[in-house]
Amino acid sequence: MELKSKIPPGPLAEKWSKAKATYKLVNPANKRKYDIIVVGAGLAGASAAASLGELGYNVKCFVFHDSPRRAHSIAAQGGINAAKNYRNDGDSVYRLFYDTIKGGDYRAREANVYRLAELSVNIIDQAVAQGVPFAREYGGQLENRSFGGVQVSRTFYARGQTGQQLLLGAFQALERQIALGTVKQYNRHEMLDLVVVDGHAKGIVTRNLVTGKIEAHSADAVVLGTGGYVNVFYLSTNAKASNATAIWRAYKRGAAFANPCYTQIHPTCIPQSGDYQSKLTLMSESLRNDGRIWVPKAQKDTRPVKQIPEAERDYFLERKYPSFGNLAPRDIASRAAKEVCDEGRGVGPSGRGVFLDFADAIKRLGRSAIEERYGNLFDMYHDITAENPYETPMRIYPAPHYSMGGTWVDYNLMSTIPGCYVIGEANFSDHGANRLGASALMQGLADGYFVLPVSIGDYLAGQMGKKVAADTPAFTDAIASVQDRTSRLLSAKGSRTVDSFHRELGTIMWDYCGMARTDEGLRKARTMITELREQYWRDVKVLGTGEEPNQSLEKAGRVADFFELAELMCIDALHREESAGGHFRSEYQEEGEAKRNDDKFLYVAAWEYTGEGSEPRLNKEPLEYEEVKLATRSYK
Amino acid sequence: MNLKIHVWRQKSREAEGGFVTYSADAISPDASFLEMLDVVNERLMEKGEESIHFEHDCREGICGSCGMMINGVAHGSRGNGLATCQLHMRHFKDGDEIWIEPWRARAFPVIKDLIVDRGGLDKIIQAGGYISVNTGSAPEANMLLVPKAVQERAMDAAACIQCGACVAQCPNGAAQLFTSAKVSHLGLLPQGQPERKERVLKMVAVMEEMFGSCTLYGECEAVCPKEISIDFIGRMNRDYLAASVTTAKKEKVET
Ligand SMILES: Cc1cc2nc3c(=O)[nH]c(=O)nc-3n(C[C@H](O)[C@H](O)[C@H](O)COP(=O)(O)OP(=O)(O)OC[C@H]3O[C@@H](n4cnc5c(N)ncnc54)[C@H](O)[C@@H]3O)c2cc1C
Ligand code: FES
Repeated sequence: MELKSKIPPGPLAEKWSKAKATYKLVNPANKRKYDIIVVGAGLAGASAAASLGELGYNVKCFVFHDSPRRAHSIAAQGGINAAKNYRNDGDSVYRLFYDTIKGGDYRAREANVYRLAELSVNIIDQAVAQGVPFAREYGGQLENRSFGGVQVSRTFYARGQTGQQLLLGAFQALERQIALGTVKQYNRHEMLDLVVVDGHAKGIVTRNLVTGKIEAHSADAVVLGTGGYVNVFYLSTNAKASNATAIWRAYKRGAAFANPCYTQIHPTCIPQSGDYQSKLTLMSESLRNDGRIWVPKAQKDTRPVKQIPEAERDYFLERKYPSFGNLAPRDIASRAAKEVCDEGRGVGPSGRGVFLDFADAIKRLGRSAIEERYGNLFDMYHDITAENPYETPMRIYPAPHYSMGGTWVDYNLMSTIPGCYVIGEANFSDHGANRLGASALMQGLADGYFVLPVSIGDYLAGQMGKKVAADTPAFTDAIASVQDRTSRLLSAKGSRTVDSFHRELGTIMWDYCGMARTDEGLRKARTMITELREQYWRDVKVLGTGEEPNQSLEKAGRVADFFELAELMCIDALHREESAGGHFRSEYQEEGEAKRNDDKFLYVAAWEYTGEGSEPRLNKEPLEYEEVKLATRSYK
Repeated sequence: MNLKIHVWRQKSREAEGGFVTYSADAISPDASFLEMLDVVNERLMEKGEESIHFEHDCREGICGSCGMMINGVAHGSRGNGLATCQLHMRHFKDGDEIWIEPWRARAFPVIKDLIVDRGGLDKIIQAGGYISVNTGSAPEANMLLVPKAVQERAMDAAACIQCGACVAQCPNGAAQLFTSAKVSHLGLLPQGQPERKERVLKMVAVMEEMFGSCTLYGECEAVCPKEISIDFIGRMNRDYLAASVTTAKKEKVET
């Protein structure tokens, strides 16, 4: 497989203009003759589907939710970055670019990240025009706040509901196109396969989640905006239904999967409280602006907080990273929390927790200021834990949150299958080995509003009249294989529920492919996953039929794919004998910090499917740094 | 804690439904309501019975997927701004009996068990719940100043999660609170002014076609997980009236 990144030549700041100037165009009158399938209506999918509709393409948009507005993007709390420099604090497109490259531990493509930083400002303009109620200053201008890993204030937010408001902007734009007839919306439809004809993506197979009907849909191009995969860990901050099936099916049809081991563990989540736990709740990173993170200096110190004197507290982030302090990037903050808990200094019943304390901030700014900034987060914490964070510090612990890895795409967001584009969290493109806060919303919307709608024309211009009907063999075969899989899951009639398997898989992944990984552990995990997967197909219990709404069946298919993806994550983590960003190999560290190996691993690992039971093939896309000098990432 | 739950089971839209009683034993008071149902479901499936179907996703009270009538109350509690997924078992007492039903409204037909079809709400948005601005045509964001108080008020309205609790709790099955929240969110902001009149007329027309009519019971506000104020209904009614009058006169645009 040849990986052509298609990065335009020329100076970094001119690449995107250059690309746009050289893309082939589709004649406006011809656009409606092209069918484009968009799977997913999160920030990425909804913004893409709406924008493609506005351009005049004929769009079909599929989601498994009952409405496009339910996508997981709705849950994003903290904010979205943009290099507006409204604060006059020295921000610029270049600085946002640089922060993101450095934040990603020098494992992202310069050209993509620069484009992202450039487009960030247009996203804010677009969102405001749509009526997104971002926070404002008393003079009526847009307000900003700080987020982790940077020293300027460039994050735009709408209370603690930034993702919701941005998604509603995109959703409303999408609903407008639905009303205008340019987009046909298919809710409660789950994509279960990608159809490839003569090497080109020509459609998808879906299951109607109400009737159970399995159908094929053909198009001139397929866009996947299906979100991330950290639910492979079972417990994560993602919505319960977030899953990897769409991109996994694409992988098995030939779309290389890049850097699967780059997963982000978010430092500030509410710790697990029992076995019944179904998900972990994120407490937005923005809290680290005013909250101070600490643990007692002594091990197993169970005194009530107020009795632990200042001198006996260890504000470990401030101590280790004086210049970034509590705003150290996520990977670093998470590992530091794990470390102090491993030392036996963790707090809470399980000993896996650290304090996030607002006492100083409340003293300094007053309770009402804190309430205005974080009120809804404090309420959420209170609802879940029955503790009052205005009075006693929050307890937090890291949890799986985001996947930097995903489908490999070129500069134009096309996967290694021509005609199959992947956008948003589902692709690997912009965050390297670690994502900075408030950058996912930015990337999803940059992809969906501004990049894909333009870049896709370059491909479509060459596809005039090459549509394949949905009753041809490639489609009927794909339908048959989906039906076969469904009936295998239904007919196993074993003894264990899907969730019980998923939990067990999640524990393996958390223990061996989570915050710290070792050669030995990863090998062990691979064996355990293969064994468990084999047992799964034999012993899973899926009740009901395929011809009705069947939530166990839906889950069963997703978990089956998680098993395969989990194995690839371990393979990738094992092969990457260095530590970079969210991928921390215990063997490769220097004074407790991640130790990269740029000589050997300065590349994107793009894995290629080679068939059932055969090892995936590694393809390497070398990363070339022309602008930024590689350096050891330091937040000290 | 040990509980007895009576759950509405209905195989499909056409099938007849009814309550089935299950015991929910050894439930942690720290579990959420949906986690309690998860536990019950795991036990049911182990016994070979199909799980109780209910909709959910974020489990943080923001996606609007979840929602059921709990002891006759949408989302199970009044006046404290919680969605079903945010309700914790500590709100109940050991030995309680709990009645669990799907949203009850003419506009929300049951799909299975506790899952209903809320598609009508999307139809209201399609009618005009947006600002018509194509990608790329937006001016620089700070060219437009929005007073903080206006933005805050718009945000109060925009917080709606489209769960449908307002419709489900309303004796008339009306969607006024939902519709007025969107009409107000967009109508308060300067960006929303050009289409303000047309928007309210179109959205209300679809709302009235699909949902019941509002007689100001106020039940919607009491159960809204985002505590959206009923004042927005008054605001929408004023907007609607003003729009009907001026469009009836075929308002002449001064040029
Ligand atoms: C709790 C939380 C808070 C966050 N806060 C922030 C923040 O403050 N700032 C920030 O920048 N980022 C934040 N993030 C990250 C960010 O929200 C996500 O990365 C981003 O929203 C992903 O958007 P997306 O469009 O790629 O995918 P999603 O929003 O996950 O959308 C996926 C879509 O695909 C559909 N879909 C998936 N698979 C299929 C299939 N097989 N068939 C049919 N449809 C399918 C779904 O129905 C859905 O519509 C946060 C994440 C979490 C979990
Ligand atoms: S599950 Fe999302 S609001 Fe309850």
